[in-house]
Amino acid sequence: MEALYAMTTGILAASGLFLALRGRTFPVVVGLTLLSYAVNLFLFSMGGLQAGAAAVIDDSGNYTDPLPQALVLTAIVIGFAMTAFSVILAMRARADLGSDHVNGNRVDESREERS
Amino acid sequence: MSLLLIVLLPLLGSLVPLMGSNERRNACATMTAVAPTIALGIALAYMGQVLDGDIPRAAVSWIPALGLELAMRLDGLSLLFVLLILGIGLLIILYTRFYLADGDDMPRFYAFLMLFMTSMLGIVMADNLLLLWVFWELTSLSSFLLIGYWYRQSEARKGARMALTVTGAGGLALLAGLLLIGQIVGSYDMQVVLDSRELIQQDPRYLPALLLVLLGAFTKSAQVPFQFWLPHAMAAPTPVSAFLHSATMVKAGVFLLARMHPALAGSEAWLYLVGLTGLVTLLYGAYFALLKHDLKGILAFSTVSHLGIITLLFGLDSRLAVVAGLFHIVNHACFKAALFMTAGIVDHECGTRDIRKLKGLWRFMPLTTTMAVLAGAAMAGVPLFNGFLSKEMMLAESLQTPLLGGLSWLIPALATVGSLLSVAYSLRLVRNVFFDGPARDLPRTPHEPPRLMLAPVMLLTVICVVVGLLPALTMTALLEAAASAALAGDSPELHLAIWHGVNPALLMSLTALLGGLLLYLQRRHVFAFQRQFRPRDARLLFEMGIQLGVRIAQRAIDSLENGSLQRYMLWLVIAVLCVAGSALTQTSGLQGPLENQPLDGLLIAGAIIAMFAGLATAIMHRRRLISLLMLSIVGLMTSLAFARFSAPDLALTQLAVEVVNMILLMLALFFLPQKTPQESGAPRILRDVLLAAGFGGIVASLNYAVLTRPLESISDFYLENSVPGGGGHNVVNVILVDFRGFDTLGEITVLCIAAIGIYKLLNRLRLFMPSSDADGRPWALDHHPAILGTVAQTILPLALLVSFFIFLRGHNAPGGGFIAGLITAAALLLLYIARGVDWTQQRAPIQFQPIAVAGVGVATLTGVGSFVFGQPFLTSAYGHFHIPLIGDIELATAILFDLGVYLTVVGSTLMMLANLGKMTTRHRPSKNKEQA
Repeated sequence: MEALYAMTTGILAASGLFLALRGRTFPVVVGLTLLSYAVNLFLFSMGGLQAGAAAVIDDSGNYTDPLPQALVLTAIVIGFAMTAFSVILAMRARADLGSDHVNGNRVDESREERS
Repeated sequence: MSLLLIVLLPLLGSLVPLMGSNERRNACATMTAVAPTIALGIALAYMGQVLDGDIPRAAVSWIPALGLELAMRLDGLSLLFVLLILGIGLLIILYTRFYLADGDDMPRFYAFLMLFMTSMLGIVMADNLLLLWVFWELTSLSSFLLIGYWYRQSEARKGARMALTVTGAGGLALLAGLLLIGQIVGSYDMQVVLDSRELIQQDPRYLPALLLVLLGAFTKSAQVPFQFWLPHAMAAPTPVSAFLHSATMVKAGVFLLARMHPALAGSEAWLYLVGLTGLVTLLYGAYFALLKHDLKGILAFSTVSHLGIITLLFGLDSRLAVVAGLFHIVNHACFKAALFMTAGIVDHECGTRDIRKLKGLWRFMPLTTTMAVLAGAAMAGVPLFNGFLSKEMMLAESLQTPLLGGLSWLIPALATVGSLLSVAYSLRLVRNVFFDGPARDLPRTPHEPPRLMLAPVMLLTVICVVVGLLPALTMTALLEAAASAALAGDSPELHLAIWHGVNPALLMSLTALLGGLLLYLQRRHVFAFQRQFRPRDARLLFEMGIQLGVRIAQRAIDSLENGSLQRYMLWLVIAVLCVAGSALTQTSGLQGPLENQPLDGLLIAGAIIAMFAGLATAIMHRRRLISLLMLSIVGLMTSLAFARFSAPDLALTQLAVEVVNMILLMLALFFLPQKTPQESGAPRILRDVLLAAGFGGIVASLNYAVLTRPLESISDFYLENSVPGGGGHNVVNVILVDFRGFDTLGEITVLCIAAIGIYKLLNRLRLFMPSSDADGRPWALDHHPAILGTVAQTILPLALLVSFFIFLRGHNAPGGGFIAGLITAAALLLLYIARGVDWTQQRAPIQFQPIAVAGVGVATLTGVGSFVFGQPFLTSAYGHFHIPLIGDIELATAILFDLGVYLTVVGSTLMMLANLGKMTTRHRPSKNKEQA
C-alpha cells in the first residue's frame, strides 16, 4: 500500500512539475495546483498511513498522528489563496501586457481569439 | 534604568522635531533641545559616582540566545564622550536654527541629527560587543542621511554614498572582528571581554580579529588609506560637519581604539599597525590641509591629521600617551567644532568659502574674527591654549616610544614635522581669511551673525582658553576616570600644567611654531612643488570602482535573469534534483524495516484513477477545459485519500476547497484563451519530461523511504493534552485553534492579505470577454437556469445550518472554522452563479472586505484577551455550562478564535470570487464602490 501511495504522489508531482514548466500562465497555475496536491499528500503521509483511527479522542485509544493533518489543513487553504492570487495576477498581466507568456518574450497575444 | 534613558531620550527626541513645522523655527529648535538637555542632566547626575571609580550599568534582556542584551554602562570613557556628544550636540542645535536657509526642511534635519546623536551615545555606552556594533552601523546610516541632507545636489548624494560605502564596509569588517573576539572569549559582555586580554592575545585568531577591528576603526576615523571619504563628506551642511567631523562620527573610530585598548593593545601588531597608520595619517592630512583652498576642505584635512595624532598616541605603548590621546580628543572636538561653525558663518555671510577670494574680514566681523583667531591658535598648538597641552604631551611621549627600534628617533622627528605643518595651515586659514589687506569683490557684504549663532562658537572658544590656562583644575578628574577605563586599571598620575620647565618637548614645540611660521611665509614654494603632480580626484576613482561593480553585477543579472519563469523553474528543479538526489543516495536502501500494509481493491482503483487523472491533466494541457476537469478528479481523489487514511477534517476541507477552486479556475478560464497553442519543440518537451520524471521519482522514493521507516512523533503531547489542556476532543482542531493558534492567526492573515491583493488587482481591470467558446459556439441564452436557481435558493439555508453545525462541533468532532467557512462560501457562490451577481447583490448587499478584516480582528482580539487575565497571548480557557433543554455543553474561548477563522475564510473567499464574478457583468470593481 505504501508503495502505491508513494507512486501516486510521485506521478502527481511529476505531472504538476511538467505543467509548471510550460510557457503560458494557465498551465502553470494548473501545474502548481497539481503540485500542491502532491505536496499535501506527501506531507500528510509523514504521520503514517492508518485507516479508522481519526485523531478524535474517544475510548478506542488508537489515534493517527494529528500534527501533519493540522499542517496540511492550513496548507490546503493557503494553497487555494495562492492559486487564486496567481491566476488573477495572470489575468491582470494579460490585460495590461497583452500576453499570457511566462517565457520572458513579450510577444503579442496570439490572434486566435482577438480576431 | 535612568542610564538607558540617556540613549532612549534622544531616540524619542528624534520624533519631536517631526511634530514641529518649518514656519515656527524657534519652537522647533527649542523642543528638539529638550530631550538631549534632560539626557545631559542625567549624565551629569551620574558624574560624581563615575569619577569615584564606580561603573553604573543597566541591562534589559533582548535576544538571550545570541548573547545580545540591551546593556549600557557609564564608565569614565563613556562619560567623557557622552558629555562631548550631548554638549556639542546642543550647541549644534542652537547653531543650526540660524544656519538653515528658509527653504531647508528644519524638522527633517533635526530628526536626522537626533537619530545620529542616539547612535553615537549608543556606541560609547554599549556594554555588549554586538550592541556596540548595532549602534556603529546606525551612525553610518544616520550620517548618510545627514551628509545627503541637500539631496538635490549631486555632490551631497555622492559624498553621502561614499561615506556610507566606506564606513559601512568597515562596519562589516568590525562585525566579523567582534564575532571572532566573542568566540575567543565566549561572551559578548564588554566587561568579560576587557578582562580577557591574555586569553585573546594568545589565541591564533587574535591577529585576524585585530585586523578586522582596526579596519572598522580606521575607516570610521578616516585613517590613510581610507581618508578619502571625509573631505567629500564636506558637501554636508556645516552644522553636520561641525558635529560629525569634530566631536562624533570620526571620533567613533578612535573611541573604539580606546574602548578595546585593555583587551587588544600592547602586542607588536597593535603597536605597528596603530602607531604607523597614525603617523602616516598625521603627515598626509597636515600636508594636504596646507594645500586646500576651500575653508571646509582645509578643516577636513586638518581633522584627518588630528585623528592621526590621536591614533598615533594610542599606538605608542605608553600609559601616558593614552591619556594624551583622550585629552586631544576633547581638545580637538572643541576647537574644531568652533572652527567649522566659524567657517559656516563666513560662508553664510560672504557667500563663498574659497580662501583665495576671502580677505580682511576682521573689519566686518571683529567678534567672529576674535573667535577664529583663538580657536585657530588652539589648533596650531600655541601655548596657553588647550591644543598646546595635548600636542606637547604627544611630542614628549613620542620620544619614549620603543617603536621602530634603532630608528625610533623618526617618530618624534616626523611628529614635529606634522606639528609644523599644522601651525602653517592654521596660520594660513586665519590670516588669509580675516586679515591680509582689505576685502575685495566679495559676493556679499558680510556682517556679524546673530548673537545666538555666535554663542556656541564663543562657548567652545572659552573652553579652549580656560582648559589651556587651568588644565589641572578642569580636566584632571575627568581624564583620570576616562584613562582608567581605557587602561583597565588605575590611570597614571597626571601633572597637567602649562610649564614643565625647559625640556625636549618644549623645544620641539617651539621648533614647530617657528618652522610653521617660516613655512607659511614660504608657502608658494610648496604650492609650486605640488603643481608638478597630476591631481588625482579620489571621488572619480571611487565612482569608477562603483560603476565597474554595477556593470559587472548588471551583466551577471542580465545573463541569469531574462524574465523567463521556465528558466528559473529549471534551475530550481535542477538544484532540487542535485541536493535531494545526492542525499537519497546516502541513505541505506529504499525499503525501510517496516513491511507494506495489505492492499484492497478500492485503494488500487482510487490510486489508478488519481494517477491517470494526473497524467491526463498534463498530457491534455493544451485543451484547457479538459485539463481542468482532470485536475478536479485529482482533487476529489485526494479528498477521498484523506478520508480513507483517518483524516476527516482534511477530507472535508479538501472537498470544500475543491469546489471553490474549480469555480475560480473556470471563471478565470472564461477570460483567458481556451487553448494553448503548440509552442514547445520536441527537445524542450523531452527535457521537461525527463526533469519531471526525475523529480517525481525523487518525491516517490523519498515518500516510500519515509513510510517504511518507524515513526517517532512529537504528537503524543497533543494527544495527551488535547482534552485536559485544550478542552476539545478533535485534536486537529485543538492544534489549529489552541496549541498552534499563533500559526493559524498568521495563516488567516495571509489569506486576508491575498484576498485584498486580488481585490486591488481586479480594480479597473479591462478584460476581453469572448462571445463564444473556443470552437465558435455561442454561449447559452439562458444565463440563469430556473432549476439551478431554485435549488440554490433552497439549499442556502440548509447549507448555512450545516456550516453552523460543523462550526460548533469543530472542537470535538471533525469540523471547525475553516471547513464551516468554506461551506458557507460555497453555498453563497452557488447562489451567485445561479441567480447572477445583480440579483444577489440587490437582495444581499454585503461587503466582504469588512468581514474578512473583522475575522482577523476577532482572532487577534481573542488572543489579546488572555492578557487581561495575565496569561500569554492566545491562552485559551474552557468550561462546562448547563443550558436548560439542551443540556451540558462545553465552551472554550478557542471557539471565539475559530469564529475569527470562519469569518476570515468566508470574507476572503467571497472577496476573491464575487469580485471576479462581477467582471462578467457591468459591476466591475472600481474606485467608486459598486453602486448596485
